[in-house]
Amino acid sequence: MSHVERSGWTLRVTRPGASGNLLHVDDTELVARFRGGDETAFTELVGRYHSTLLKVARYYVVGAASAEDVAQETWMAVIRGVERFEGRSSFKTWLLRICANRARTHAVNEHRTIPVDPNPSGATVHASNFDQGGMWRDPPVPFTEFVEFRHDSEALVRQVCEAISTLGDPQRTVVTLRDVKGLSTEEVADLLDLSVGNVRVILHRGRARVRVIVEAATKGTEL
Amino acid sequence: MRLTAPPLVCREAVELVSDYLDGALSRRDRRRLQRHLDTCDACDAYLDQVRATIAASGRVTPDDLAPETLEGLVELYRRFQEES
Repeated sequence: MSHVERSGWTLRVTRPGASGNLLHVDDTELVARFRGGDETAFTELVGRYHSTLLKVARYYVVGAASAEDVAQETWMAVIRGVERFEGRSSFKTWLLRICANRARTHAVNEHRTIPVDPNPSGATVHASNFDQGGMWRDPPVPFTEFVEFRHDSEALVRQVCEAISTLGDPQRTVVTLRDVKGLSTEEVADLLDLSVGNVRVILHRGRARVRVIVEAATKGTEL
Repeated sequence: MRLTAPPLVCREAVELVSDYLDGALSRRDRRRLQRHLDTCDACDAYLDQVRATIAASGRVTPDDLAPETLEGLVELYRRFQEES
């Protein structure tokens, strides 16, 4: 297991399958079992979503401890409110909205300023990579052709994991929720109070930055 | 008269790749990018890098659920079950 920690942000590369035989049970079924008092169903839901709650919370509040408080409050609200959950939206949407709302309240109390992309319109590939006509000077090479990735399929995952950890917000949260956690662009926009267009721009810049970091690490060049 | 969009150069093409992979480009921009990719191996490799980056991101599992956190939450759940 590779473990990356920078400025309080943690991502680990782990293999799925740790949750045992509930891994392939869908959320709707788990919620039904959890309502009926099945503790293992609750444990599975916590395993599925706790880290996503922390990422959403961390976008709004300062520090890992506050984010953990928001996530725990969210689970409390879910335990108390699951009887009233009517299933009009998915469990995931309901859960993440509770979390975002609680985190917003914490952010107001902490007088926290939500991060803004510092350079939303600049080029994502440095101008020095192109000639005067806008064509590549030194063409990129597919990552699959690099020796270290060809022989170790997890090596690229570790590099990407480390690169995401070095991003600043809002890029880090947007890339994590969209590409790591697989939320839709619309869901990310809803949770982070951003427009869909804004999420696309931030995502584009974040992905491009991750690519640059991985490429630089591969070539052994300093950024 | 219909104006044809000018062809893309690489510097412009790379800025469209993320939206292209998410299916979020306008039809016009998608066609312009596809035309560029048809003839540009370098941008095709760039697209491949971004695609590989996204695929690798999907295999990262953010896993910061400490065992004591899980135990604490299960304890809360048990208490709530007993009360109700």
